Amino acid sequence: MFPASFDYAKARSVAEAISILSSVEDAKLLAGGHSLLPLMKLRLASPSMLVDIGSLAELSYIEDKGDYVAIGSMTRHHDISSSRVLKSEIPLLPYVASQVGDPQVRHRGTIGGSISHGDGASDLPAAVLALDAKFVVAGPKRERIVPATEFFVGFLETVLSPDELLTEIRVPKFSGGWSFQKFNRRAQDWAIVGVAAVNDGGTRVSLVNMGPTPMRARAVEEALADGASIETASSKASEGMDPPTDLNASSQYRRHLAEVLVKRALTEAV
Amino acid sequence: MTVVETGSSERVTGKRLLRREDPALLTGEAKYVDDIREQGALYMALLRSPLAHAKIVSIDVSAAKKMPGVTDVMSGRDLQSEWVAPMPCAWPVTQDMKNPPHFPLATDVVHYVGDAVAVVLASDKVAAVDALAAIDVNYEALPVVVDLEDAVSDRILVHPSLGTNKCFVWKVEPDNDKVDQAFASAAHVTKNRYVQQRLIPSALEPRGVIAIPHPYGGEYTLFSSTQIPHILKVMLSTTIGISEAKLRVIAPAVGGAFGSKLNVYAEEVLALALARKLGKPIRWTEERSENSLATIHGRGQLQEIELAADEKGRITAVRVNIIADMGGYLQLLTPGVPLLGGFLYHGLYDVPAYSFSCTGVFTNKTPTDAYRGAGRPEATYAIERSMDLLAKKVGVDPAEIRRRNFIPPEKFPYSSVPGLIFDSGSYLPTLEMALEKVGYQELRKEQERRRSGNSRKHLGVGISSYVEMCGLAPSKVLGSLRYSAGGWESATVRILPTSKVQVVTGTSPHGQGHETSWSMIVADRLGISPDDIEVLHSDTAIAPHGLDTYGSRSLAVGGSAVYLATERVLEKARLIAAHRLEVSVEDLQYKDGSFRVTGSPEKAFALSSVAFEAFTAHDLPEGVEPNLEATVSWDPPNFTFPFGTHIAVVEVDEETGATELLRYVSVDDVGNQINPMIVEGQIEGGIAQGVAQALYEEAIYDEFGNLLDTTFLEYLLPSAAEFPSFELASTVTPSPTNPLGVKGVGEAGCIASPPAVINAVVDALSVFGIDHIDMPASPQKVWTAIMSSQGNGRKVE
Repeated sequence: MFPASFDYAKARSVAEAISILSSVEDAKLLAGGHSLLPLMKLRLASPSMLVDIGSLAELSYIEDKGDYVAIGSMTRHHDISSSRVLKSEIPLLPYVASQVGDPQVRHRGTIGGSISHGDGASDLPAAVLALDAKFVVAGPKRERIVPATEFFVGFLETVLSPDELLTEIRVPKFSGGWSFQKFNRRAQDWAIVGVAAVNDGGTRVSLVNMGPTPMRARAVEEALADGASIETASSKASEGMDPPTDLNASSQYRRHLAEVLVKRALTEAV
Repeated sequence: MTVVETGSSERVTGKRLLRREDPALLTGEAKYVDDIREQGALYMALLRSPLAHAKIVSIDVSAAKKMPGVTDVMSGRDLQSEWVAPMPCAWPVTQDMKNPPHFPLATDVVHYVGDAVAVVLASDKVAAVDALAAIDVNYEALPVVVDLEDAVSDRILVHPSLGTNKCFVWKVEPDNDKVDQAFASAAHVTKNRYVQQRLIPSALEPRGVIAIPHPYGGEYTLFSSTQIPHILKVMLSTTIGISEAKLRVIAPAVGGAFGSKLNVYAEEVLALALARKLGKPIRWTEERSENSLATIHGRGQLQEIELAADEKGRITAVRVNIIADMGGYLQLLTPGVPLLGGFLYHGLYDVPAYSFSCTGVFTNKTPTDAYRGAGRPEATYAIERSMDLLAKKVGVDPAEIRRRNFIPPEKFPYSSVPGLIFDSGSYLPTLEMALEKVGYQELRKEQERRRSGNSRKHLGVGISSYVEMCGLAPSKVLGSLRYSAGGWESATVRILPTSKVQVVTGTSPHGQGHETSWSMIVADRLGISPDDIEVLHSDTAIAPHGLDTYGSRSLAVGGSAVYLATERVLEKARLIAAHRLEVSVEDLQYKDGSFRVTGSPEKAFALSSVAFEAFTAHDLPEGVEPNLEATVSWDPPNFTFPFGTHIAVVEVDEETGATELLRYVSVDDVGNQINPMIVEGQIEGGIAQGVAQALYEEAIYDEFGNLLDTTFLEYLLPSAAEFPSFELASTVTPSPTNPLGVKGVGEAGCIASPPAVINAVVDALSVFGIDHIDMPASPQKVWTAIMSSQGNGRKVE
């Protein structure tokens, strides 16, 4: 497994990274590399250049900002899973980070890389979706703030344009119940189906690997808002979704798992 | 407890000595094939067919030849004159077995996805791989056969020239009338059909080869990640016509094999032929996804097994029909694998009537061959699954049905109806010990508590008692089975002038720890430290005679040869010592490195002095040659028959279908243990590999013959995180087959564990009226079985 040949540049600042992305056709950001490099080795991705932002220390931080916590996009999963601030203010997030891949992956993979990759089968995108996070996106002209609910648009596709870089994830604090249910066959695997639930007055539920993007289970949320029981609400887990079929699970089995896991998540969180 | 004679007052065998191999392996000092640097070597890459069955209309290599770094690109036709014989199959199991033409590169028709059609040579690895995409092959697709029963029907032929897909029909039918009578008069009959899914052997180190020509001397050196350097040397020489005397094969550090490197592969043959053709070193290292297509697969059988039993559940006959998947061609031992299980479908039970038939069929898939257990896991699974079903019919506990059928200890050596002689055994204690260790009665109570408490997590307990035949093998028996080689093993023990010892073995370890174990055997016999003993192996120039490592044979056959060679060298040393002490040899006793005169222990002559005497040869007894060295080639009189009982405890979540392995208890009897730590390592690895078959692994083909799980993302190789700590115990029943009293242990774990786990899963699911689930018992499969069970997902018991 060898990637096709590519050029390489090491960015010394966010501005430099963006300037390279703007000037080189088909350049791609390299963060932790744990999603991109396998795709390149399988030759499913062949960028002309990798812009390595791995050493941008300015993008690795976790800061308490009062009613939200700001997380630099190059913060590693391991740092999130062991953060004291996050454990006390947003306990869902460090727990989810601790469930990603294996220790090697968690020490290299970054939250910004995972979100920018936009894989519907990844845990962290679904978690920040349930947490109603906002993303700070830097581009050649301006910085913009995109809510998580508007960020993921299709299979491995986000609103990021080729010359933009996700710099910060702003996650609102919450007080209340939460749950993350991950169903897989081996500890290191992606979820066959996963569920993140947050209950802070209202209940927000998002699903992993039930479609091309991480998705909010709106039907469940609405049913709960209308006073439905957990049993009834969770029966709507896959409403409006078209889950994929693969070697691990048929679409039908995924629908079933979504119901079971949403029920478990709500029982724990609500 | 042991039959081994020792020359040491403090025994080394039986101790948990750390493996001397490990520091070099763990620090990277040990060199695998890909670590070996060879100047000027060309990198080889193979273009493989993307279609399972197709005519090769044309191959255009002109564009690929112009790619940067590329030295040459050749198709199968370009290389046709290189072969003096087709790819070898060493086990023509019947007189009329069908063996299609098979060459390293396909020339006219490809027969599976992965069948190689062209080869690139380039100055670096990446250039070689990049050039593959520039080769233009025009295929004309042919109809594909994937399913085994479809293959038997001959609806579509894999090799039309053979006129059938049936490679052979092979039978063990000592007395079919007796079998028929037993079924006619049986009080209970079970009939079941089981699937042995294909498995992809996944050694940590994929295959690799370097062929180095020495054009002026005319010799060739071949490094290969193989478990059979000796057999490979013979086969390469006969396949491409290089004098065997000019060929040296070396297996450097080898990172696991599990039978998948017990073969002669196209890449080995190609590398050597191209080294000859171009006069340059040729190297190749397999890629991981390539491994899943181009290295042999394991298992791949459809089994039908019937048991006849009397009122009490005592088995009166076993009747078995299986279809075995050969794949697209025959590799080295492909047709012989099911035979290794063909004598063992009655397990460790005393069965008076037996009938077995196996039909080997070609399909458009990767060839199958030996994979850890080779035939015995399949047989054990079939009988142990059936025993649970029989217990249910008779209305007794699964443990009790086994008790009623075990071959009793007084019947050993036991002549089985299919024709084997089980060397030694005492089966009941392994069952009772395992039941006690796991807390069987308490688990049954807990199971009942959960059931009556309407828990949605069901407990299941599964028992698997097993016996297997290993320690391959008496050459005469192999000959009668039409196997093309013998089963002996060779060893040389050489005491150097300074009294350090070199042991040369014909076995070829690739993770088993022979260097450690062989040094322990010799240390005990000579009464010296294992640190003074070096073990040399896996290089045909250093160890010219050998039959390598497979079939749990190395200790029982190769270790015994080492022991006997030590004995023989001591005999010679005794002659020299007696001469120098001026006594007769009968008056000498050997202990702790010295010969002493019986009755006058102060009169002694050390082995170290004998060694130097043998070297200077100044004063040797009449007729004794210089040097202290002996070589033994030992042919075992029988197989060895390890046995035991394994118990798996699982929890099945009825809502998701997920199975969790909660506990795993095993009690194994592998005869005397040289190094119990190594024994446990083998059993633990074997259990994990068998649990993997039961719950995780499967080579999945679609109807077009595409292999769908070629990466570890899809092919579910479990990791340590998926297992509980195994709870191991053993009993010791020495084997009378060899001087060490040992039995093989390399395959026992994966032979015993698949039925233990599936029996446990089915036990858990029995509340839904489910009586079988095929491997691997994936969550989706379990959930689907629950939903479509008698009670449509509701309990029936």
